[in-house]
Amino acid sequence: MSSGLEVKNLQKHFGGIVVANNICLDLKPGDRKALIGPNGAGKTTFANLLTGTLMPESGSIRLDGADILSLKESKRVRAGVAKTFQITTLFKAMSVRENIRLPILERERKSLNWLSSSASFPEVENEIEQLLTQFNLETFADLRVQDLAYGQQRLVEMALTLALKPRILILDEPSAGVPTSDAHIIIEAIERLPQDLAVLIIEHDMKLVFRVAARIVVLVNGAILLEGSPEEIAGNQQVRDLYLGASHAH
Amino acid sequence: MSTDAAKTLAVTPPRKRFRTRLLLDLVLIGIGSATFFLFPENLGFVTRVLIMIIFVLSLDLVIGYAGIATLGHAALFGSGAYAAGLFAVYISADPLIGLAIGIIAGAVIAFLSGLILLRAGGLTLLMLSIAIAQILQEIANKERPLTGGSDGLLGIDMDPIFGIFAFDFFGRTGFWYVFVILVMVFFLLKLVVASPFGLAARGIHESPARMRAIGTPVYWRLVGIYTLAGAIAGIAGALSAQVTELVSLEALGFTLSAEALIMLILGGTGRLYGAIFGTVIFMSVHHWAASIDPFNWLFVIGGLVLVVVYFVPEGLLGLPAKLRQWLRAGR
Amino acid sequence: MSVLSGILIDGFSYGMILFMIAVGLSVTMGLMRVINLAHGGFALLGGAFAHWLTSIASLNYALSVILSVLAVMLIAIAMERALYKKIYQFSELQQVLATIGIAFLMIASVNLFLGSTLLPIRAPAFFSTSIDLGFRSLPAHRLVVIIAGLVIAGGLYILLDRTRFGIQLRAAVDNRDMAASLGINTVKIYALTFSLGAGLAAFGGILGAELLPIEAYYPLRYMVLFLVVVAVGGMGSIAGSFFAAISLGIIDTAARYIVPDFGTVFFFIAMMIVLTLRPHGLLGRI
Repeated sequence: MSSGLEVKNLQKHFGGIVVANNICLDLKPGDRKALIGPNGAGKTTFANLLTGTLMPESGSIRLDGADILSLKESKRVRAGVAKTFQITTLFKAMSVRENIRLPILERERKSLNWLSSSASFPEVENEIEQLLTQFNLETFADLRVQDLAYGQQRLVEMALTLALKPRILILDEPSAGVPTSDAHIIIEAIERLPQDLAVLIIEHDMKLVFRVAARIVVLVNGAILLEGSPEEIAGNQQVRDLYLGASHAH
Repeated sequence: MSTDAAKTLAVTPPRKRFRTRLLLDLVLIGIGSATFFLFPENLGFVTRVLIMIIFVLSLDLVIGYAGIATLGHAALFGSGAYAAGLFAVYISADPLIGLAIGIIAGAVIAFLSGLILLRAGGLTLLMLSIAIAQILQEIANKERPLTGGSDGLLGIDMDPIFGIFAFDFFGRTGFWYVFVILVMVFFLLKLVVASPFGLAARGIHESPARMRAIGTPVYWRLVGIYTLAGAIAGIAGALSAQVTELVSLEALGFTLSAEALIMLILGGTGRLYGAIFGTVIFMSVHHWAASIDPFNWLFVIGGLVLVVVYFVPEGLLGLPAKLRQWLRAGR
Repeated sequence: MSVLSGILIDGFSYGMILFMIAVGLSVTMGLMRVINLAHGGFALLGGAFAHWLTSIASLNYALSVILSVLAVMLIAIAMERALYKKIYQFSELQQVLATIGIAFLMIASVNLFLGSTLLPIRAPAFFSTSIDLGFRSLPAHRLVVIIAGLVIAGGLYILLDRTRFGIQLRAAVDNRDMAASLGINTVKIYALTFSLGAGLAAFGGILGAELLPIEAYYPLRYMVLFLVVVAVGGMGSIAGSFFAAISLGIIDTAARYIVPDFGTVFFFIAMMIVLTLRPHGLLGRI
């Protein structure tokens, strides 16, 4: 039995367009992998296949050797696969603290409790404090998320997802919409993620990718073009032509 | 963002909020009790207001907290009313057992209709909610031998509460009976909206997709909330049947659903106090306008509704926050 | 046999009335995304004008109908500019509330001028004669309703399919922002469509007064009926409204003939089945 996430021969198409073509990917505890590729390469589709938002036509997804393909979205979260969102769907009118409290209560199966205060569980509150500290959010704990800067909302997003205690964390464009001047906040937050967590980063910002990822997977037209270390990817002519070249042209 | 700015924007810490709220609750209970002595001639009307508050609180749980847009809440009120009324006429006239029957009826109808309703959203949900209330009303109308049909269910004659407090002609017992239940319902709901269950309801309201992503079975959670709201609407219906000793088809009618919605939005959704203020103001204006000019009070109500929706969409309880916003912008 | 043809003819003409009143609602819901609970108010206003013109001003029926419909269309344009323009941006619940408020004001206005009693419309004597179709005879009124309904359905089809206005309207229903960026004047389209829908409702209200009697509380009493047609047909779909109105008209009439004790229950059960299976209606696109 192998530990971590094992994706084999994932196949999916929308109409006549193949969006996932025979994708194979491994994610071991402690991995920091980035998934890159031009727009429309199928990165988000792949992430949605992993979380169960979309179902593939064929292929397999195993977590620690156990098949999780048949599990629904909410069950996969409980199994340990969690993803941050590309467009923030945070609970905007709630405070940062409440945003983090919700997934912890859900994870601890306390959310059916309807007679005690939601803030009355000391171990939950401790965990919230730890996450607030880890993401430097203590000062903003009682602010509404809608009043935060975009970069901080991204941090809340990561804290919220991490609160689910996933073993596989998929970061979907963690720096999207964050001004370049604040990008370092996101990078630092990723660097401080738990060591044994398996992380897959889907990202446009190459600076961030080369900074945090140990391995990079290049996706083109729904298929994996190649996988390698940042140096290998940066030195590969095919990647330069197909992806980096295209992004430099902007 | 500076720490200073953080302070001005911050949500008031829960502990402090809790204390001011408790004070406010005591004041409200005081005012509520005082109405008994202030309007001895009008206890019937005051009691109807109190019953309506319970009903609108239930609607607030559904609309304000869980974000389920419904126009058929009368289905749950009417179920409680008919269940308690029929129970009193045919089985036992004990008020508390009758109340329990009303609660169960409201919860069961809410659970069953929720299974259908909550799969839908938007206009479809609105339509289905109206349809369910209309079907129930039609059934009550056609089962004339049992329910009295359009004449209403007559012949309810309640026993004394605990065998001691008899319902009197002036409605004194009725007032205190309803008032005590209202206070209990209100504090129960305060617990519920502050609980993990209530927090999850707000989460579903704000971002159902995210709730699914954190592993919440959103549909079943909504069914649960709707069932709880059904039980509370059932309480309101049962109280209405017992105190007025009549259940009419209007208890299941569209007008009741629409008026409850108006009261809720008038006061402000998503805050239990909004349900209280909205109901009191709407019913007082209604009572006053209808007694001055029984034919043209709809002008007043219609105008009031438009003014609120166009100018204070957060409801009257949203006014202070709005004023503060204006003042801050003006500085 | 005669029961069956009776059900079909009554149901069909009832469906035509529902169609004429509801089609405008369907288009405004599909186009402006507004849940307009005051739509039945336009039928009421049409009926009230027609009552006043035929009974009190003693005008001829056809002229009264034309004048009433025009008056309602003018009122609708004014209301669209003054009130609805802002409602488009409201949330669902606010829309429901605002339009209930408008419906209340319409009811109160009719009540103020004409009272809360039934407002009969003096129809020409020809309407109550019966016409022999060979296989059976039917009241002339039914025939007029059916012909008017078919003419309007056909007219709408041509308007939408063959005219510039129709193409622009369909573009706006499909994708409002796209239409606006193509230089289509969506503001004008909205106002015209709204007014046309209100005019059709007024026309349907007048013609259908025999089945759905005109009185001040009309908008609330029959609101659900019109909304059901829209929900079942699918918002924004004219063909959907047509089929939904006819089917619901026939189901309702059949239920009244066969199981009179459970009048409208079947109507609502039919609706619930459709909406549970197809949440966006029979021909809904959204």
